[in-house]
Amino acid sequence: MKHALLCILFSPVLFGSLHAQEEDLLSLLGEDETTEMVDASFKTNRVINFHSLENTAGGVLDFKIGHRFGTLNGGAYELFGLDNASIRLGLDYGISDAVTVGLGRSSFQKTYDGFVKYKFLRQSTGKKEMPISAALLLTSAIQTLRWPDPDRENFFSSRLYYTTQLIIGRKFSESFTLQISPTMVHRNLVRTNAEKNDVYGTGIAGRFKLSKRIALNAEYMYLLPNQVADDIKPSLSIGFDIETGGHVFQLHFTNSTSMIEKGFITETTNAWADGGIHFGFNVSRVFTVVRKKPLNADL
Amino acid sequence: MKNGIILTVLFLLVFNGKGSAQKYFTKSAHVAFYSDTPIEKIEAHNTTSNCVFDLATGRIEFSTLIKGFQFEKALMQEHFNENYMESNAFPKATFKGQIENYRKIDPTKNGKHVVLVSGDMNMHGVSKKVSAQAVIEVKDGTIQSSSTFQIAVADYKVAIPSLVKDQIAKSIKVTVDAVLKPLSK
Repeated sequence: MKHALLCILFSPVLFGSLHAQEEDLLSLLGEDETTEMVDASFKTNRVINFHSLENTAGGVLDFKIGHRFGTLNGGAYELFGLDNASIRLGLDYGISDAVTVGLGRSSFQKTYDGFVKYKFLRQSTGKKEMPISAALLLTSAIQTLRWPDPDRENFFSSRLYYTTQLIIGRKFSESFTLQISPTMVHRNLVRTNAEKNDVYGTGIAGRFKLSKRIALNAEYMYLLPNQVADDIKPSLSIGFDIETGGHVFQLHFTNSTSMIEKGFITETTNAWADGGIHFGFNVSRVFTVVRKKPLNADL
Repeated sequence: MKNGIILTVLFLLVFNGKGSAQKYFTKSAHVAFYSDTPIEKIEAHNTTSNCVFDLATGRIEFSTLIKGFQFEKALMQEHFNENYMESNAFPKATFKGQIENYRKIDPTKNGKHVVLVSGDMNMHGVSKKVSAQAVIEVKDGTIQSSSTFQIAVADYKVAIPSLVKDQIAKSIKVTVDAVLKPLSK
């Protein structure tokens, strides 16, 4: 009899445990461990002039229009720089999510440029954790101004510039990203003996999201001493990213006239302190050239 | 008396055992949605959704990772996660509900049943009561369920800026397809 009572006493426990399971059926499957890629550390693949941690996605073409007005210290006579403008038109294409290539042409010094960017580390959380993203950037530039002195012997190689840059960064939170970019710029021809052909420096850049679609960006290029002429200043730019669907508008202030590595790193002559500041904008418009295969609806 | 105890214990064991076997699950349910406007057609697919169905009680639950939705365009996917669904803050969408006329589903007999499912849909931090018709098909020991329903973007506090309001439908068509296998535990 006692045993029977025990049974009756126990049965609610058993039923109870059964019932408790029904409260959350999904927990029966256990927690799935997935790896999540940390994306969108910047709105586009440029901070302002610098390349950002982001790549153009595979199969996507990104048409870039870069524009820099003259400097603010031109005063009212130059309408604070608006009378002058320098432009760069560019096309970036994502061969894959990891590899982006690009071509561009700047009106400043009539320069053509090309780059390859390989993102070899992607920040991720979850099962496979990776604290940082990292990319290798290789660029080259061909300056096509007429020779200043056609009588001397001029070499085509004197027009060439190369940049090697490592970009390492982390999206610390939804709104804050920081990256550093150790850089080497090689110039085949320099103006004086005092200038080095190889120039080393490190860039630092960050972005702070002000809202879902607006971000504040800043970038600064530090050069090791005694490599470039005395009148060369470090490049400093501050601006906003404004994203509207397929476009990203970047509005900024910068002391660099050039929009490509060899230019803003080794040829920035204006200083913020003297009002040598350009107002400028970049417009990025993306086109999906190769659509990702839609998943089979019968899966 | 002893026989009685043994019977009771046996009954409990059998009942318990039957209770687990009556649960069905999948980790690869296909959830898709379609936004259709004259300007733009958008669709996204997720084939890694979890679903558990308890045949004994008629309860059914789904869980879908927002980041698992794949779009044709990379930028859409980025905006979907970053601007609209805010998947870092709200990583999952869940549905926990009840199949109303579940008793007519016999897992031992192949056949199709039209049922009504209703329950709570939770996504983007908002929980809403929803109900939809679904087709449950028993086929060789598996339970295949599929359903199509509409959800209103505004119900889940997903803000659409006026600039793109003509590109994104106010009502989104959602389809769910799941092939559930017995959960052995």
